[in-house]
Amino acid sequence: MLAVKNLDVVYEDVVLVLKNVTLQVPAGAIVALLGANGAGKTTVLRAITGLLDVHRGSITRGGITLDDEPLHHLDAPGTVAAGVGQVMEGRRIFTELTVEENLRIGGHAADRRSVAVGLERAYTLFPVLAERRRQVAGYLSGGEQQMLAIGRALMSRPRYLLLDEPSLGLAPRLVQHIKDLIVEINRQGTGVLLVEQNASMALSIASHGYVMETGKVVMDAPAEVLRANDDIREFYLGLSEERAVSFRDVKHYRRRKRWLS
Amino acid sequence: MTELISSGLVRGMGIGSTYALLAVGFVIIYRATGVINFAQPALMILGAYATSVFATGVGMPFPVAVLAAMAVLAAVGMATERVALRPMVGRQPFAAAMVTVGVLTVLFVVAHRLIGTQVRTVGDPWGLERASLFGVSVAQVDLAKIVVSLVAIGAVGLFLARSRLGLAMRATSMDQEVALAQGVNVGRMFSLAWGISAALAALAGMLVGTSAGGFEAITALVALKALPVIIVGGLDSIKGAVYAGLLIGIAEALTRTYQPRYAEWLGANVDVVVPYVIMIVVLAFRPYGLFGTREVERV
Repeated sequence: MLAVKNLDVVYEDVVLVLKNVTLQVPAGAIVALLGANGAGKTTVLRAITGLLDVHRGSITRGGITLDDEPLHHLDAPGTVAAGVGQVMEGRRIFTELTVEENLRIGGHAADRRSVAVGLERAYTLFPVLAERRRQVAGYLSGGEQQMLAIGRALMSRPRYLLLDEPSLGLAPRLVQHIKDLIVEINRQGTGVLLVEQNASMALSIASHGYVMETGKVVMDAPAEVLRANDDIREFYLGLSEERAVSFRDVKHYRRRKRWLS
Repeated sequence: MTELISSGLVRGMGIGSTYALLAVGFVIIYRATGVINFAQPALMILGAYATSVFATGVGMPFPVAVLAAMAVLAAVGMATERVALRPMVGRQPFAAAMVTVGVLTVLFVVAHRLIGTQVRTVGDPWGLERASLFGVSVAQVDLAKIVVSLVAIGAVGLFLARSRLGLAMRATSMDQEVALAQGVNVGRMFSLAWGISAALAALAGMLVGTSAGGFEAITALVALKALPVIIVGGLDSIKGAVYAGLLIGIAEALTRTYQPRYAEWLGANVDVVVPYVIMIVVLAFRPYGLFGTREVERV
């Protein structure tokens, strides 16, 4: 169980971006973390993987545990060694290295034999990458780059995989393909925390979902409950019972009262 | 013809390959950490001093003395990085470069203290012997400089291209955050970069020290020639450092050989200026260097 408990995160010592965030990823489950831009989803992942200090952030309250062992005092290489892998937003592959070098760097902390095993696994999971193993990774298509990023994260044989917007900028068919891959990776025994704006994709494979808004978890329910929830249907899935016929009827919100300015 | 080859090309390549060694040191640190390391001249002269102590003072066999000096300087480089540069991670590269200027001053004072005012030698492994290359007699010391430098640079290149740590270093130079997320200990990569680059500087110091006349503390300034070299070659290219090093070395040697004869009106010591003239010309036409990556900017 990967558990985040009552987590507060502050950037630059002043900007409170996460307020009392609690969420859990049970072993072998897929959990979705939904929310609009700037809700703090990526910050949750950074907090888990020890990348906060790169962005001058720090945890001020609460903590993260992996199977009841505290995780939040480890640096990034430490969390990788502990068994948490991460696919960062925007793929972030090493464009000047070859496909195989990208995968090898994912297995940096692993020993030589498990790198060989990991490469084998990545190439069976993603046959496209096997064809292009000697090519420079920058020339791969967007979908292939996403597969490479996932393959790279799997090289360290993580027990939990954190995926940040894997469907971002991909065509619908590729989104479908990535979705199937996530299910397959999960079936092979890896717990997945899936951060997505594509809520319908995420909720279709997740068992549990969290919704974040301005740094807080505002909903926490099994995926089928979220799929049935009216607000989620309207705001995240783009479905609603009464279709708005005119822009005048589209729901709009009163501006929040502000005390400054 | 003989003169052209022996005192022009071969000697030029001899000088140039030491420049290349120093420049590769600059490039490795620049790529790994984004900082231009101005402390390189001090590391070089300390390397020459260490070689001299081990070879003539302690009396080790020359190759062992060289390796020992490289190891000592690698340790000095790593310690410098840990103490002075690590706290600057995440700050502006300019600020970190200024820190290296401070390090230069400190190490240079240390070098002055150690070396004193006398001229020292690193021993005389190659002497004034001459070898025959394709029927032309050339100084053995020049050949030794070329071979030693190119072998060392080749070894570093192979390390970067093939080994697990080399791959991790290249990855770190491209995107530190992603490298961290893959489990690469980025701090250790910085340290390694400084270690390698200081060891190369020590080797260059040894080569400079074998020139006729030995070395003194002020000889450190020779290392500043590596600045035009990295600018001509491109700040981020090891290949560029090698070619530009050789180019500038040859240009310098040719000027020294022929300028007094054909362009005497230019005065003495024009060869010292030549690297900088080449640098200015290259900056005017290819500001990112002959082999460097062009800065991509969105307008």
